[in-house]
Amino acid sequence: MAGIAPSQRQQEVEIDYVELDRIIEHEFGGDKENLIMILQAIQNRYNYLPHPTLSYLAQKLEIPLSRICGVATFYKTFSLEPRGKNIIYVCLGTACHVRGGDKVMERIKEILNIGAGETTNDMRFTLEGVRCIGCCSLGPVIKINEDIHSRIRSDMVQDILDRYQ
Amino acid sequence: MKIQSVADLEKLSRDYSKKLYEPEGLKVNIGMASCGIGAGAKAAYQKALAHFAAQDGIQICRTGCIGFCEEEPLVEIFSAGKPRVVYRHITEDKIVEVIEDYRSEQFNRKWTLGQIKDPRSLLEEKLENPQASVAPIEGIPFLEEIPFYKQQVKVALRNCGYIDPENIEEYIARRGYYAFLKTLNEMKPPEIIAAIKESGLRGRGGGGFPTGIKWETCAKQKGEKYIICNADEGDPGAYMDRSVLEGDPHSVLEGMLIAGYAIGSNEGFIYVRHEYPLAVKRLKIAIEQAKDYGLLGDNIGGTDFSFRIKISTGAGAFVCGESTALMASLEGKVGRPRAKYIHTVEKGFRNKPSNLNNVETYANVPVILLKGPKWYASLGTKRSKGTKVFSLVGKVNNTGLVEVPMGISLREIVFDIGGGIPKKKKFKAVQTGGPSGGCIPEQFLDLGVDFDELTKVGSIMGSGGMIVMDQNTCMVDVARYFLDFLKEESCGQCNPCREGIKRMLEVLTNICEGRGKEGDIELLEELGGMVQKFSLCGLGTSAPNPVLTTILYFRDEYEAHIKDKKCPAGVCKALFQYEIDQQACNGCHLCALKCPQEAISGKKKEAHQIDQQKCIRCGICYDSCKFDAILIK
Repeated sequence: MAGIAPSQRQQEVEIDYVELDRIIEHEFGGDKENLIMILQAIQNRYNYLPHPTLSYLAQKLEIPLSRICGVATFYKTFSLEPRGKNIIYVCLGTACHVRGGDKVMERIKEILNIGAGETTNDMRFTLEGVRCIGCCSLGPVIKINEDIHSRIRSDMVQDILDRYQ
Repeated sequence: MKIQSVADLEKLSRDYSKKLYEPEGLKVNIGMASCGIGAGAKAAYQKALAHFAAQDGIQICRTGCIGFCEEEPLVEIFSAGKPRVVYRHITEDKIVEVIEDYRSEQFNRKWTLGQIKDPRSLLEEKLENPQASVAPIEGIPFLEEIPFYKQQVKVALRNCGYIDPENIEEYIARRGYYAFLKTLNEMKPPEIIAAIKESGLRGRGGGGFPTGIKWETCAKQKGEKYIICNADEGDPGAYMDRSVLEGDPHSVLEGMLIAGYAIGSNEGFIYVRHEYPLAVKRLKIAIEQAKDYGLLGDNIGGTDFSFRIKISTGAGAFVCGESTALMASLEGKVGRPRAKYIHTVEKGFRNKPSNLNNVETYANVPVILLKGPKWYASLGTKRSKGTKVFSLVGKVNNTGLVEVPMGISLREIVFDIGGGIPKKKKFKAVQTGGPSGGCIPEQFLDLGVDFDELTKVGSIMGSGGMIVMDQNTCMVDVARYFLDFLKEESCGQCNPCREGIKRMLEVLTNICEGRGKEGDIELLEELGGMVQKFSLCGLGTSAPNPVLTTILYFRDEYEAHIKDKKCPAGVCKALFQYEIDQQACNGCHLCALKCPQEAISGKKKEAHQIDQQKCIRCGICYDSCKFDAILIK
């Protein structure tokens, strides 16, 4: 699938192929069935899935690149574009929605001037909507990196964002 | 150390049980499942560890979800021969004080939730109640008797909140793995399957298919077979499985081991959704510990039965909760369901016979085998036996996880256990079954909750998510919300689902934004019927349920949106505005201070005004006003 043209930001990343081999072979046994978990490990390392890693994977696992791209674009947690330093996950689950989760999302969009799935120009934040983090009794919930912030109201958003550089 | 026999296990169980119930010194159990952590439990845990590090005789431990999530972080403190007290909302700033208080036998009643009358699980009947001879503290109610817990029967949640999920000893202390080793040594596979059939256990993931029949069909197949646990829990608002995985992972491993032995499989897979990293971590630790004890691997318990379990993670696709999509995902492929005219028990994962069950289903299995199928079948209703774990969330006072016998009424769950609707608002509906379910209105509150009763009124049990809605929830918006979710999650391969949901969403969005037309409701019904009948998989066939049930029970709201261009609940922004009741407003100025747009003006002690040009209808003023002076018009 030669159609995925690497964006300008992507071309700046340097791939550590030794580590990539370690992930593919040592950690995941070179097993095709582990494709999703291998992609997750790559994304953990680079904060997104750089295109060269996908082509390399295709070779090593002997899977067509089109199928790898199919998997990378089917599952929502994968990003083919570089993401920000801090990733904001706003829970859009039913319990959070009923308690006003969408207002929290609106407020964040307003303050950061980006939409869901987008990254701020200074690469400080990427905003994602997720369907359910599983902390429904504490809704509305947002997660920034590994921190869960619970019982959020729109007027609390600015303070919370200020904590993340 | 490897367990080679039931006798080995029994000895260990006795030793560990003593340690669990009669710890040396003081034991502090801090609820550290994801919601506890989300409410601040981790900070409290670290503060306690640091503060009491040098002191002898205090163990700071972590445990799973005690269930009453509204009151998190929850902390239990006890020592041998002393009362076991559970405290609520114990954040970092309170943890040291609460432990010191307990030590000096001052019990800050403002912070106590209850004291435990009997900490034993339902499997520990042969053990004497360790609290039987302990004098209870006056003025602190028994936890088991407060409204939230009174009607609960903990089967799947039997250990959550009572053990450290990262320590297999505590699972063994409470009769863990006893069911498995007993069945391995004393029962033949057909007997185990007969017991599961007799119990009446039905799948707890949403399908409600009789588990015994599923196991029996799979057992009959030849060749290599697989045991798969569906831990994808995708329904928004449902987190029962997460709590079991984070609070008692061994219960799932044990259920899978029993299934493996009964069906004739040596390989198990647990597919955990990506959004549950703590569950993955605790499962991995549990698997390693089980291997150390010889409960996983080769020659388990001195027999020739071997079993291995692998953990696979999802990557953010709701459709992968569907069995065929899950199996495709396990194979490293895109999660597209296939038509099920060939059942997965015959050809599933790797095109081989596969038994797929939900987390909660497996967690019930050891109990059925130890207490007996007749006992299990004595709980529940005629065709829905046993208990079910519900996540009671949304507009309800006591949010949390509730495990109750099937047949209890919705009214009891929402009002007795749940404590009713906050801020004295009016109950409107209960949404069950996630995006595949429906909204149940007030007239059915006395319905007994079971698989069949809920289906009769147009909803489904689903995985157990129970979302309470009040007068400020717009039912048209709820329908639109679910369709928006399903449109994103649809795999896209079949026309009725991909196109049908999209078009239904367009119609609903138009209605919510003031562009609804005469005939829209009928169009939704027609499209909904088509999607239900012709979609390839369960996601599609159940997608119209929220729309069709809300039209059935809340048609007046749809008509208000379409004909009057009004949203009575005050949710659809284009269809209402906030106005200040000039009689009720006393000019306290609170709303004006909180308004992010500075759209409210007025002099102190005089009725205020909202500038409709500036107002973005965020609702902060409505939620903050203590005098009900902000109206939805």
